[in-house]
Formats: sequence, structure tokens, C-alpha cells
Amino acid sequence: MSVMGLFFIFIFSVAILWLARQGVMESPWLEEGEVAHYRRAAGTEPPPATKVALAIFLAVAGCLFSLLAAAFFMRGDAPDWQMPPIPGVLWFNTFLLAASSVALQVALVAARRFDVERVKTALLVGAATAGFFLIGQMWAWRELIELKFFASSNAANAFFYLLTGVHALHLIGGLVALARTTDKVRNATRLTKELATSVKLCAIYWHFLLFVWLLMFAMLIGWADGFGVICRRLLS
Amino acid sequence: MTDASVPQNVAPPPAEVEDVELYHAHSWITKYVFCQDAKVIAIQYAGTAITVGILALVLSWVIRLQLAFPGAIPFIDAQVYYQSVTMHGMIMVVYMLTAIFLGGFGNYLIPLMVGARDMVFPYVNMLSYWVYLIATLVLVASYFFPGGPTGAGWTLYPPQSILTGTPGHEWGIILMLASLILFIIGFTMGGLNYVVTVLQARTRGMTLMRMPLTVWGIFAAAVMALLAFPGLFVACVMLLLDRTLGTSFFVPSIVELGEHKEYVGGSPILFQHLFWFFGHPEVYIVALPAFGIVSDLISVHARKNIFGYRMMVWAIIAIGVLSMVVWGHHMYVSGMDPWFGFFFAVTTLAIAVPTALKVYNWVLTLWHADIHFTTPMLFALGFLVTFVNGGITGLYLGNVIVDVPLSATLFVVAHFHMVMGIAPVLVIFGAIYHWFPKITGRMMDERLGKIHFWITFLGAYAIFFPMHYLGVLGMPRRFYEMGETAFVPASATTLNIFITITALAVGFAQSIFFYNLFKSLKYGAPAGGNPWRAASLEWQTPETPPGHGNWGKQLPIVYRWPYAYSVPGAPEDYLPQNAPPVRGERSP
Repeated sequence: MSVMGLFFIFIFSVAILWLARQGVMESPWLEEGEVAHYRRAAGTEPPPATKVALAIFLAVAGCLFSLLAAAFFMRGDAPDWQMPPIPGVLWFNTFLLAASSVALQVALVAARRFDVERVKTALLVGAATAGFFLIGQMWAWRELIELKFFASSNAANAFFYLLTGVHALHLIGGLVALARTTDKVRNATRLTKELATSVKLCAIYWHFLLFVWLLMFAMLIGWADGFGVICRRLLS
Repeated sequence: MTDASVPQNVAPPPAEVEDVELYHAHSWITKYVFCQDAKVIAIQYAGTAITVGILALVLSWVIRLQLAFPGAIPFIDAQVYYQSVTMHGMIMVVYMLTAIFLGGFGNYLIPLMVGARDMVFPYVNMLSYWVYLIATLVLVASYFFPGGPTGAGWTLYPPQSILTGTPGHEWGIILMLASLILFIIGFTMGGLNYVVTVLQARTRGMTLMRMPLTVWGIFAAAVMALLAFPGLFVACVMLLLDRTLGTSFFVPSIVELGEHKEYVGGSPILFQHLFWFFGHPEVYIVALPAFGIVSDLISVHARKNIFGYRMMVWAIIAIGVLSMVVWGHHMYVSGMDPWFGFFFAVTTLAIAVPTALKVYNWVLTLWHADIHFTTPMLFALGFLVTFVNGGITGLYLGNVIVDVPLSATLFVVAHFHMVMGIAPVLVIFGAIYHWFPKITGRMMDERLGKIHFWITFLGAYAIFFPMHYLGVLGMPRRFYEMGETAFVPASATTLNIFITITALAVGFAQSIFFYNLFKSLKYGAPAGGNPWRAASLEWQTPETPPGHGNWGKQLPIVYRWPYAYSVPGAPEDYLPQNAPPVRGERSP
């Protein structure tokens, strides 16, 4: 529950800061006239709608992952809780996902300089490493299943599959978007503004998923146990 | 900054919002079926929601018939009774109210009210409706699977919801959870659209504080829904895994019919937390759009600017924020730490402050106003009274010590039906009477509308008011039959019969509304563009009903807030949002 508390403090602060900048303190009944007061500095462009949509989607996905984490810690209190051994391949996977994120960052920087060739390579490297990450995750699942750590045998195992599974589904969704972007870039000789935005959105999403994965990995290997203890202290 | 600082004679600055390339339908199918126009999607959403709503209404008769005449109707056995309770609740809350307010009114009104041509992502919007439709079909399909739909109660509490004693444990529960998961995916697509459209597609001059309160309500509700539905999503996915794969997220070790189940150590309380983390904001996801719509109805039909617009906006935001941290008040009887109860009681009662503020502002808007008792106005006033009524019993139930004895009684049923059943439904009717002329170009019949209002309004009170007494008597909710019970006097049965007969009558009386709706579609008096002389942007479209793209060649420019009514010296007592200001003139 503390996880949700932290998440909401973050979301609400962002929302309130944003609202404060939107003029919710004004008295519209006194104001008449055209374009009353856009607070945008002259010469700056509004962010593209897709970027705003992505930001909101990340809030929704963040809420989903926070709830899963909250459930993980709450369920983890039960005496039957027994974490499965963590397959070593996860360390390699973490490296792959980080590499994927770096590749997309490279693509983003190259897109700013309208360097098409570099964007193409970076996107392909990013997609490939992300794909290998997914294969690695499946490998980890297989390893656990071979060791007979089934989802039904302990809730901790079930959480392992659930968390990694939900994360992988989000990454697959991202890969679809990335594939479409890569396809468009591949056929382009010149980088348009829309393409540059697409690359940027992919990169943002990838960083988000890496961030989620790092927290999740910390939870799974037990580095976050201290956090659970703190929560329990706070609540009791 | 006032109008004095804006010189009138300079050329307008370049449009803040770029005009967008619109999708154009090429065939009948893309125009009316797989349509990307928000207005068509809105009608599809509302039509589907009302259709399942009628199904849920019929289910409520099944419940009432059993309560008044236990065992008298042969086909209503315990299984059918519990299935009806569950499906009635779930359909009404999620598939009807949420879908019609956000999917229906949100889709129709947001683009028109903020001066956009369409939603920002029309394709995703279309997808949202079709996923919603599939979710609804999956839910209804559970009637045709062995065992029928689930009878676990709309809260679906494990462990009972997935154990064999519960009706529909074979397929019903699986289809219910799958349907909810689909609904949430569909809603997320729609919700992103509503929020981004409000943020990004407002026309020039439409600042946030110039938006009608309807848009504010729907916007806040969409944001809340986006943050609350993941709770239900997680709960559903985990429960589905418990049911199908035998994981132990929620189900503790349990002996069932003498057989020790495989489950071990699961936490039913965890499910309750996740469920109510969604479940409580859900109340306000339904209520906030209703608040917004009612503010507009009252303002238009009382020819007066809304009292305390700014406070209304802040109250909407405050309610939105607070409602995310009150879910524990649904769990007072779950045996939690008393300090938790204390915390949740405080936040729950704190919500009364912004809510009461809104009620005062509605009343003060009506004070000394030029009230026209049109059908939409009657429904808005009906909402006001009903909401206060239901809100006050909410204060009782928000206190742990009062809630504990009342929690499992009909008092709670009466409370939530008043506050989130009848009140929002009155707003839906009012809103349909109000915006029907814009949607179809024809007026609805006023006389039939008024008859419909009085039957619905008085009928709803005849149904739910006595339930408070039954609840205080200790009459339990959810029970299939009471049998011989010492504390329930014979008069309670008489009252139950009265409630049931009224419920049947009021339910049938809704056919007046549908008759009016379909008759007016064809034979209603032509409405013209702005029959209510309303100032907000949706009434200023060049065509009625608005064409594809809403605004003809040029997007409107907004010069003032949407509540410029009874303006001294104005040609028609009101100033539309897009009418250029005349020098020296001031809106009230």
C-alpha cells in the first residue's frame, strides 16, 4: 500500500503543478476577449498529441505495476511465501534490456541530428536486443518450470511469472510500435518530424520499461525486502 | 487580464491549435458501423449501454419478485436469484453507467464543447467501442454456458466466487473476469482519447477555465478511471489465474465438500483492497460527469451563470483526488486495524466538504434565477434532491461504528441506489432530453417527458425510501429468503411487496421514455440549432445535427466562459462563447 502511496504522491504532484500552470486560479467570468492567456512562451510549439498520450499511458502502466508491487509485498507477508531461486539468465537479460534502451537513446540523439543511417542501425540493434531479452525471459521461465517451481505450487512463483509476464507483454506492445517506426524509417531517405517524434516516443517507452524492470528485478531477487519491512513498520 | 487589454482592431494571432486532417468515411460500413466519428461512436456506446441497462433492469425485477413473494415464482431459485443480483450490479455500475457517461456523453460532448473536429485518435476511439461491445457480449454470453453466469455478487470476493458452491463457478466467473479485462482495455483506449482531446485539441481561446463543467467532470472522471481501473485489472487477472491455473494469490487453504483444495496461504483481503481501490473511485467516475452535466443543465435552464465556477472546478479536482484514498470504507467489516478505519473514515467524511460545496453552488445558482421548468431542468432538480438524500446516508455509513451494524442490511442498498443509481440515472435522462435536439435536430415531447419525470422521480423514492427503514430494522441484503425471523415483523413483508410492485410499475413506465425517444426521432418538432438558447460551444455548430468535422470550414474562436446568461444589454439575454465581444460590453 505504501507503494501506491508513493505512486500517488508522484502523480498528484505532477497533476497539481500542471494545473497551477494552467490558470485554475483565474476568474473566467471577469475575462473576455480572444485568446485570453495561453501560458506558452512565444516561439515554443505545443507537444505533439502522441507524446501527451504516451505520458498518460505511462501513468496508467505505472499505476498497474505499482499495484502489482503492492500486491507482491502484501502477499509476501504470508508464512507460506517462498521465493523461487532466481535464474542466472536474468542478469544477462537485464544487461540486454539496458543495451536496448541505450540503443534507442542513440537513435533518439541521431534523430535530433537527422542522421537517418544511424537511426536505422540503432533502431535495429534496439529491436534485436529487446527481442533477445524476451527470449531470455522465456528461458528463465523454462528453467524454473524444469526445476518444478510451478505457478500453482507457491504464490511467490506465481508472482514471478505474473510480473515478468506483464512486463513482457508491455515490451511486446512496444516492439510492435518499434517495428512500425523502424519500417517507416527504413523506407525513408530523409527523416521527417513525425518520424523523429516516433523514435523519441519509442525511446521514452523503452526507458520506462527498463526502469520498471530494474525495480521489479530488485523485488524478485530480494533487494527490496527492506522496503517491505519498512512498509510493515509504517502500517503497524 | 481583462478584455480591456485585448485590442479589438488587430488581426487575430495565428491559430493556437492546428486544424487536423480528418478521416473520411468511404462506404456505408465505415460511416455507420466501423465509424471513426466520435459522434457516431457516442451513439453506439450509448445504445449498447442502454440495451444492457434494460437487461439489468429486468434482472432487478427478478430480485424484487423474489424478495416480495419468496418462492412464488417457480423459475427463481437461489441460483437464479444470486446470478441476477450479480449481473444487475455489475452491468449497471460498469457496463451501463461508466460506459454511457464516458463513452456516450464523453464522446459526443468533449469534441463539440471544446471546439475540436473530432477526438485526437479517432481510430483508437473506434477500437475502444468495439472492444467494449465484445466485452459486453462475452458477459451476456455467460447465460448460454453450462452453469450460467456467476452468482458471486458484483464484488466477486474470493474465495467464494471461484468455489463450487457458487452458481456459475464453471464458466460464469471466467467469462465475467475475461469480460472485465476486455472492458478495461477498451476503456483505457477511450480514456486516453478523452484526456488527450481535452488537453490538446481545445480550440483557440478555450482555456481550461473556459471549459463547461460537463467537460471538467468528464475529464476528471476519465483521469480517475485511468488510474483506478488498473486496480480491477490486476484483481481480475490474479483471480482468473487462481481459478484457471490454481495459483494462490487470493484463496487461502480451504476444505471444500470434505476435500482439501490445493490452495494455500492466499489473502482474500488483498483482493478486497485491489477491488475497492477501483470500486470506490468508480462511484465518482459515475458521479463527476453527472455533477458536470447537472451544472450545465441548471445554468442553461435557470438562465443564470453557474455560481462559483472556480470553486466548482476545484471541488471536482478535490473530489477526484480524495476519492482515490477512501476505498477502505468498503472494508470496515473485514476486520482491519481500527486505525485504518479511522483514516478511511476521516478521508470519507472529508469528501463531504467539496461535495456539499457543489450542492450549495447549485442551490445558489437557482436562487433568484429565471427557472424554466423544462424536462431537463426537472431531472436536474430531481438529481439535486436525490443526491443530497443519498449523500446524507453516506455520512452515516462513513462512520465505522454506524457502518458495522448497517453494513449488511438494506440500508446500504438504499444508500448506494440513491446516490449512484437513481441520481446519475436522472442526470442521464435529463441530459438526453437536453441534448437530443442537438443530436437529432428534433425536440422531444415535453408533456411525455414530464410524465416520465414524475413517475420516475416519485417512483424511485417509493422504491428506495422504505428500504432505509427495512435496513434499520436489520433486514439483511443479499439474502435469498428470510424464513421465520423474530426481528422482522409482518409489516416488513407488506412493505417489501409495495416496493416490488412500485419497482415493476416504474420499470415499465420507462417505456414512455423510449416511446418518446423513437417518436421524436421522426415526428418531433424541428429544434433549430439552439433551442435552449445555450451559450456553450456545442450549440453553435453551423449544422444541426453537427456534420462530420463539426465546424464547417473554420474552427470557432472562443471569447468568454460558457455561462454568460442574462447579460444586460445582450441581444438575446445570453452571449455564445464564440460571439466576438462588443467594445465596452461585459459578461456578468
